[in-house]
Amino acid sequence: MRYSIAHETTYDYADAVSLSQQLLHLTPRLVERQNVIEHRLSITPKPAHRLDRQDAFGNPVTALEFDRPHRQLKIVAHTLIDVAPRPQRLDIEASPAWDRVTEELSYGAGRSFDDARLQAAIFRVESPYVRVKRLLGDYARECFPTGRPLLAAAQALMLKIHREFTFDPDATQIATPMLEVLEKKRGVCQDYAHIMLGCLRSLGLPARYMSGYLLTHPPPGKPRLVGADASHAWISVYCPSKGWIDFDPTNKVIPDTEHIAIAWGRDFGDVSPQRGVILGGGSHKIKVGVTVTPL
Amino acid sequence: MNAQIDLSATPPAPLLAGIDRDPARYQELFAGANVRPHWSELIAELERATPLQMRHRQQFVSRQVRENGITYNIYSEAKDSQRPWDLDLLPQMVDAAEWRALAAGIAQRASLLNAVLADLYGPQRLLRSGMLPAELIYGHNNFLLPCQGIAVPGGTHLHVYAADLARAPNGAWWVVADRTQAPSGAGYALENRQIISRAFPELYRQLQVTPLDGFFRSLQSCLQRLAPCGDEAPLSVLLTPGRLNETYFEHVYLARQLGVPLVEGQDLSVRDARVYMKTLGGLQRVHTILRRLDDDYCDPLELRGDSALGVPGLLEAVRAGHVVVANALGSGVVESPGLLGFLPRICEALRGETLALPSVATWWCGEAPVRRHALERLSKLVIKGAFPSQHFAAVDGSKLKAAELTELRARIEARPHAYVAQEQVKLSQTPVWQRGKPLGKVVARAVSLRVYAVATPDGYQVMPGGLTRVAAQAGAATVSMQSGGGSKDTWVLTEAPTLLSPRQLPRVLGVRDIVRKDPYLPSRLVENLYWLGRYSERSDNLTRLLRILLARFVDDGGSGPALASVLDVGRARTLIGRKPPTKATLVDAVHRTAVGSLRDTLSRLYWSATQVRGRLSQENWRAIVEIHREQMALTTATPDLQGAMEFLDRLLMSVSALSGFALDDMTRDDGWRFLVIGRRLERLQFLADVIARVLRQPAIDDAATLESLLDLADSTITYRLRYLSAPQLIPALDLVLLDAANPHSLTFQIRELQRELGAVAADFGDGANTALQGIERLLAASNLRVLEESALGIGGRRGELARLATQLGTLGDSARGIAEQLSLKHFAHVDDVSQSTLSA
Repeated sequence: MRYSIAHETTYDYADAVSLSQQLLHLTPRLVERQNVIEHRLSITPKPAHRLDRQDAFGNPVTALEFDRPHRQLKIVAHTLIDVAPRPQRLDIEASPAWDRVTEELSYGAGRSFDDARLQAAIFRVESPYVRVKRLLGDYARECFPTGRPLLAAAQALMLKIHREFTFDPDATQIATPMLEVLEKKRGVCQDYAHIMLGCLRSLGLPARYMSGYLLTHPPPGKPRLVGADASHAWISVYCPSKGWIDFDPTNKVIPDTEHIAIAWGRDFGDVSPQRGVILGGGSHKIKVGVTVTPL
Repeated sequence: MNAQIDLSATPPAPLLAGIDRDPARYQELFAGANVRPHWSELIAELERATPLQMRHRQQFVSRQVRENGITYNIYSEAKDSQRPWDLDLLPQMVDAAEWRALAAGIAQRASLLNAVLADLYGPQRLLRSGMLPAELIYGHNNFLLPCQGIAVPGGTHLHVYAADLARAPNGAWWVVADRTQAPSGAGYALENRQIISRAFPELYRQLQVTPLDGFFRSLQSCLQRLAPCGDEAPLSVLLTPGRLNETYFEHVYLARQLGVPLVEGQDLSVRDARVYMKTLGGLQRVHTILRRLDDDYCDPLELRGDSALGVPGLLEAVRAGHVVVANALGSGVVESPGLLGFLPRICEALRGETLALPSVATWWCGEAPVRRHALERLSKLVIKGAFPSQHFAAVDGSKLKAAELTELRARIEARPHAYVAQEQVKLSQTPVWQRGKPLGKVVARAVSLRVYAVATPDGYQVMPGGLTRVAAQAGAATVSMQSGGGSKDTWVLTEAPTLLSPRQLPRVLGVRDIVRKDPYLPSRLVENLYWLGRYSERSDNLTRLLRILLARFVDDGGSGPALASVLDVGRARTLIGRKPPTKATLVDAVHRTAVGSLRDTLSRLYWSATQVRGRLSQENWRAIVEIHREQMALTTATPDLQGAMEFLDRLLMSVSALSGFALDDMTRDDGWRFLVIGRRLERLQFLADVIARVLRQPAIDDAATLESLLDLADSTITYRLRYLSAPQLIPALDLVLLDAANPHSLTFQIRELQRELGAVAADFGDGANTALQGIERLLAASNLRVLEESALGIGGRRGELARLATQLGTLGDSARGIAEQLSLKHFAHVDDVSQSTLSA
């Protein structure tokens, strides 16, 4: 599948911003099955400094600095990308028992860690937005009987979260603590992802946050609306024999060609599309529009 | 003074007879029944001293602590959270040979932890080989993933290191905790030394106690050596979280000792991956930052976004190698008690040597067999969190009930890698001087020692001494400054005086190096100096106003023209209500704390002084502390007129002293200039208002009214000396309006303002201040001759007086205009806040 994606973010500030620093996670990283044909960022006003580098997780990141007073900041990311389907069907039953994975990845005196296991270890612990709690382990427990294949158990957890949670854009904000989300059982894709991450990590399993886009389907006979989409989030769990496998608890699917990954991290905070610190500005309004067009 | 007992005639009590020592603990002072040799001189000195001498020494220490304003902030008490530093009179004595071994152990440990950090932020061999658990490192909120792979200059992560030590019953020293991100207390140690060495000057000299200043010189040169400054002169700053931090006093003190500017996050700005300090003269490049901020608070752009304390973009500057942060960002991860159990093997592996200083036995619960062992003995151990983000306060297992132990076990099982079990340490006991009436005495208290090391090109140099902390209560098992413990100076005795390392001589400065001006004046500091000037002057004015009000009330019995004009001025400042004054309302005017009141102004004065404390001389600061103390001590319990007047009299002396300090005690740099400008503008506005109000009084020619005017303008004595008679309108007005020689006249304020504003304008290339020129023209045009009665009729004279009053109103407005211009041009706009933004 080939997609053209436009991700437009506009900040309108009540007062002039005298200094602004922004970190962008808007450029797709190199991922299996994805091939970036074209990518560019349009930025107004023109930044005084721009630095493109990689973050701690290997994601492309763009650091911008604006040192002239401005009342609006507009950034558009244009991406043309191919996404190939999974080469063979994923057999979730043919994965190692989840509790064996947990045991293998835990520390033991004299047990050495290779690159893959060390990478996985980063995503087994608490992070700023994802708690590791008995409560979360207990919530997931019914999906994780002893000896169940890891991917089958993860799929069961994804279905449970999808079944018990209600998608509700008004229920939460970025800063809503995940234990409150667990209580309300309402939220958006970030919340679904954080909950699933918290459950998996509380059971000792490595799981990372995926940030990207999703192809949405307009109602039959209706045209695709520009800017009506949003950025999307799902998770990926580490399975020693198969590598990292994605799950989307918001849509109860194992992503294939309709998810476009941009970046991964421990949680939303590591890879939020645009994070910044401004001086001045007063109150501000933010407008985000995403359009994913299949070509 | 306590006069009942003549202390000098009381025979000394047997000093150590009643000491309450715990036989289960190591005694610092005693070996069996005998005093240890390294304590003997001190004990002999105490036995020689008369009770009166001891009382004087104790009073000296308390006074020094109070006058130097040494404080330690307590987080839990919101109101008046500053507590005076508790410093014990008796130094902790450390034997020379014992110290040598201890210092070697500390230096080894500092190098080891530096090597661990270099590995964790580099190749991570310790994690790969299983010598350290990945859960323990990645799970720690101060392990900063973005710092992975950043090369630190000189390979130094730990520029300063500290260890908390405890002595076991068998006499061996154990490390209880490592301090690696921003160790606090070294400044307190130095301050303690400066006080206690003067409480026992002869003993101090005779014992040849090792001095501490070499440590601070090494820290200074460490910061300079690593500064990535090319050909520029290196600029280091000390970054503080601010005055609410528990050790803020120390930040001020250290910055002064090291000769570096004390800054907050908002004083720094990152442009193009370089760090700058916002100064009055513009942005100044910063090369090294000695930080007192926790790792994850340092950069709200890349680290915790919910903190306003840090410097956005700092990490980018570190990554680019344009600034050195000491200690390196992310070094807090090795503070975790979870590491303690792994260090002996790591020391063997990385350094090929045995870890010289053992840690207190510690079990990290993330490893199943270790956890089982710890859980079995839970009721005998102390349980700690492995990560600061857990906010898990250490728990003493022996104090838990069965149900609580079960709950704690379940909690550990659910997230084992986040918990550590540690052997309970029986701290040793040391002698402490307990104040008492009439006699003090020596008691035994639990003690722990914090020692410091600094990175030098030849390895770690250990401060010969440290911060000794003692428990507040007799039976207490633990020591904590937060819960009321005290501190001691630590005297390390010299083995042989000739072994003292020679003083490192600084580079010799020549004529070319002469600096006549502080190049690093932070804008925020300048703004606060300006406000300090304004609040000092405002305090002076309000105190004088209230003093006159109370005196007139007592003299005139509550009515009369003299009181009327002062009342009018007081009412305009809402110090007092519209109703006729009573004793109660006048006392209330002194006691009230509403916005704009005297006490409110005094609080603001104190606040702005705390913001610029590093710029004030010791004496100046003491005067401010004294004013603050008086103000806080003013209770409303006994509202009486006499007490209020005495308070005002004392206050008037203290606030006048402040202007003396401003005049004599400060270098005439731009900072001083802004302080003076603040004072002059405040006095100008006050005088303009007072004179205008008096001019509108019906009884303007009444000598009593004019006396009030002269009093308010602090010009009574000058008038009397010149005219030797009761005041009259024209000469009185001349004195307070036009006489350029009277420091309390309007003309004087304007001339001074012109001079200082002119100097500022010349420094910053501004144009002349037009508002001020307008004022002067206005004033010069006032012709007092029109007020002579022969020139005009009574009615005409009234009109002229009203016209003059209006002109003075305009003058006050112009002063406000000048203040606004200054603020726009030179101040940091402390209220121009930075905010974090996040988009989905």
